[in-house]
Amino acid sequence: MSAAFVTAAAPATSVGDPVLNIAIFAAFVAVTLVIVLRASRNNKTAADYYAAGRSFTGPQNGTAIAGDYLSAASFLGICGAIAINGYDGFLYSIGFLVAWLVALLLVAELLRNTGRFTMADVLSFRLKERPVRLAAAISTLVVCFFYLLAQMAGAGGLVALLLGITDKAGQGVVIAIVGAIMIIYVLVGGMKGTTWVQIIKATLLIAGAAVMTIWVLAVHNFNISDLLGAAQANAPEGKDLLAPGAQYGLTDLTRIDFISLALALVLGTAGLPHVLMRFYTVPTAKEARRSVVWAIWAIGIFYLFTLVLGYGAGALVGPEEILAAPGGVNSAAPLLAFHLGGTVLLGIISAVAFATILAVVAGLTITAATSFAHDIYANVIKKGDVAPNGEVKTARITVVIIGIVAILGGILANGQNVAFLVALAFAIAASANLPTIIYSLFWKKFSTRGALWSMYGGLGIAIFLIIFSPVVSGGAVNPATGLSSSMIQGVDFHWFPLNNPGIISIPAGFLLGFLGTITSGRKEDPVVAAEMEVRSLTGHGAEGATHS
Amino acid sequence: MSTDFQPTQQSERFQTLKKRHRGFVFPVAIGFLVWYFAYVLLAAYARDFMATPVFGNVNVGLLLGLGQFVSTFVITMLYVRYANRNLDPLAEEIRTDLEAGRQ
Repeated sequence: MSAAFVTAAAPATSVGDPVLNIAIFAAFVAVTLVIVLRASRNNKTAADYYAAGRSFTGPQNGTAIAGDYLSAASFLGICGAIAINGYDGFLYSIGFLVAWLVALLLVAELLRNTGRFTMADVLSFRLKERPVRLAAAISTLVVCFFYLLAQMAGAGGLVALLLGITDKAGQGVVIAIVGAIMIIYVLVGGMKGTTWVQIIKATLLIAGAAVMTIWVLAVHNFNISDLLGAAQANAPEGKDLLAPGAQYGLTDLTRIDFISLALALVLGTAGLPHVLMRFYTVPTAKEARRSVVWAIWAIGIFYLFTLVLGYGAGALVGPEEILAAPGGVNSAAPLLAFHLGGTVLLGIISAVAFATILAVVAGLTITAATSFAHDIYANVIKKGDVAPNGEVKTARITVVIIGIVAILGGILANGQNVAFLVALAFAIAASANLPTIIYSLFWKKFSTRGALWSMYGGLGIAIFLIIFSPVVSGGAVNPATGLSSSMIQGVDFHWFPLNNPGIISIPAGFLLGFLGTITSGRKEDPVVAAEMEVRSLTGHGAEGATHS
Repeated sequence: MSTDFQPTQQSERFQTLKKRHRGFVFPVAIGFLVWYFAYVLLAAYARDFMATPVFGNVNVGLLLGLGQFVSTFVITMLYVRYANRNLDPLAEEIRTDLEAGRQ
């Protein structure tokens, strides 16, 4: 690694004008808050609060999906990874994009047709309801937690860079403020407000990235080859940014780690609860399909932008300056904005990046709260016997609790690489959720035991391996800072060599679902199975828009 | 709501719909996953091949990576066309009949 560049003398100052940065961000918050308030006027029922009354169109929802998906990890993490590690950073974005085909072809429409609010609705449709629902809700909460942690960790780095706050306590205060704003959005706006925040943010993010992309290309006379050459010229001696391998090609172990990551990325998306939940905000399966198509175009084009931006940051900012900046790798995109358009562009881009974190965290929070209130509270604890308003009330209380957990987690995870934490969330989603989703939609014999084994097994194995991986302890020590790349410093109890558990835990999730099913004596009800199959393909009985 | 869906499930129309759906999504899903993992394995184990220059600083790896974008866009468009033509009309027919209480 080029860690040697991070010397003690590295300037720990911010770039740009903190006041301007804050002003632009405050304007975003003000505008979106007004929209959230307006949108939330007719939030009455659970369908309003959880699924925005199913009143969004495919293109609107597709933009919101892009908003949910293009998180800080995508924008800051991937730009930084490409700037520092070149081609290997690009591999992230390819996995993130191709994954959408799994959602489009296998999951989105069938899921929209059979569920109401959560992933658990679909999984428990024809199996024994309470245990399956509980398992699905637990895995939803765990995936949301990891994803939240990643977003909040990104917030810390960004604050450091943009506001010139370098001490951890100050950054913690700002993380808490971001979390508090998010709680207000979700409490007041529910799914409808959250969706509008996503739409606005996705539009700003893609527009901002487009402007910077054209700018970077213009600087290099619209010649991609020149841009690549300029990025390579800045790379440290012996590091080839244009070919794969700078990060993952070092040893056989890193290669296997890379394959593990690739597996988690491509299979994780269609198991991400906050993405799945978005399919319920549209009135029909056809609109769900249109949403995914819009999302694929928006996300694909955005990742093409990040390729240019990443190499652009490598060429115009250079790896030394990026690694020496307070936000480290995650600061490549904001620094590029500063080099191109000075304090104003930096202010705009950082406000967009901030908005990104805010919006994604809001989307995750409403998903986790819905899952807790609808699955665990209303259906498992209360067995479906709740007062008309009880469920939404519980969801609102959960929002506050999750918000506080996110703030605390964000303060603790401050400084972790965000793309990397997100990859763990994907691995858990792919191991615990996707096998059960696929089996219950396509395998007639799939049984309750199969679902439970697959969900608890996939989840348990993924988390177990993460705990004993270099992510948590015993990671490589950076000679310049003396800090390990692990979450916990100074101890080493790792024995699992890979950073990403996907290559073991995903096949394990599928295998356990299979084994659980073939060993269970219980035959599931063929009547309900027939109902699920007919409904999933025809859309019969699917809940439509409650009002428009 | 206690409609029995089994007759519908066994009806020829529904079986056709199911066959058409699976006949498209399964082979295509296997196809793009094979193509994606072939690319991933090349990136991990065939570095020199990926680094082969094609023009200027653009190499095989970059073109294959962009190829993943192109294939994703193409599959998306093909699926939408297929679903609009071959799945939606039949699904709607069955749904309308179910809602009218026919089988």
